Amino acid sequence: MSKYLLIESRDPFEAKCFSQRCELALTLLTESTGVTVFLVENAVLGARAGAKAPGLEKLAKAGVQLLADEFALRERGIQELAPHVTAAPLDSLVGALASGAKTLWN
Amino acid sequence: MSTLTFLLMDAPYEQARTSTAFRLIDSALRRKVGVRVFAYEGAVSLAMTGQKPHANAVHGRTLEEEAHPTPHAWVAALGAMAQENGVPFDWVNCGLCVDERGANEVVPCTRRGSPADFWKMTLESANTLVIPTR
Repeated sequence: MSKYLLIESRDPFEAKCFSQRCELALTLLTESTGVTVFLVENAVLGARAGAKAPGLEKLAKAGVQLLADEFALRERGIQELAPHVTAAPLDSLVGALASGAKTLWN
Repeated sequence: MSTLTFLLMDAPYEQARTSTAFRLIDSALRRKVGVRVFAYEGAVSLAMTGQKPHANAVHGRTLEEEAHPTPHAWVAALGAMAQENGVPFDWVNCGLCVDERGANEVVPCTRRGSPADFWKMTLESANTLVIPTR
């Protein structure tokens, strides 16, 4: 069983494929030891408190870890996060990569 | 020592993906994780030394005030940091992509190669991250 790391860079309100990525994360959850979705660049727009991003909420409820790049949040002036998302340094991605998590960038 | 491979595809000055990739590589080198980069397609231009910073006439800023970044300087800085930290750093530019673009003048810490190098890099690394263009 592997750990999966999905790096999402696209604005969830703009990219049609975002919902497909959420579906992928849920599917991977059933056959892995853990799935993390790491939001970078414009994908962090879905992490803002009050943002209507049901796909992310669904992932969190299912047990997917949701992280958002601190730098990308600062760049976009996002200070308050949705309760199911945690701010994290990009450096933590390097740690996950080095530990061998199966990683996919979108 | 752990090593990571990154495949980059975007040309400079185009996408946020490039700066995110540079930040990841920087983090890896600071953690003393070895880095291999295969620059494919437009990404071969990242290391071109012909890039020039410029002033900003619209905002009335001089060359120095504008401090316009050049990706080739970032590549060189990553190479220098790897050397200082004693960490392996191998940046390979796809030769075919270089020829297509005439991107021959590149920073010295990079070299010319082929997709076969990327295959070897993946075999020798703990993990590989492909950052595709759209």
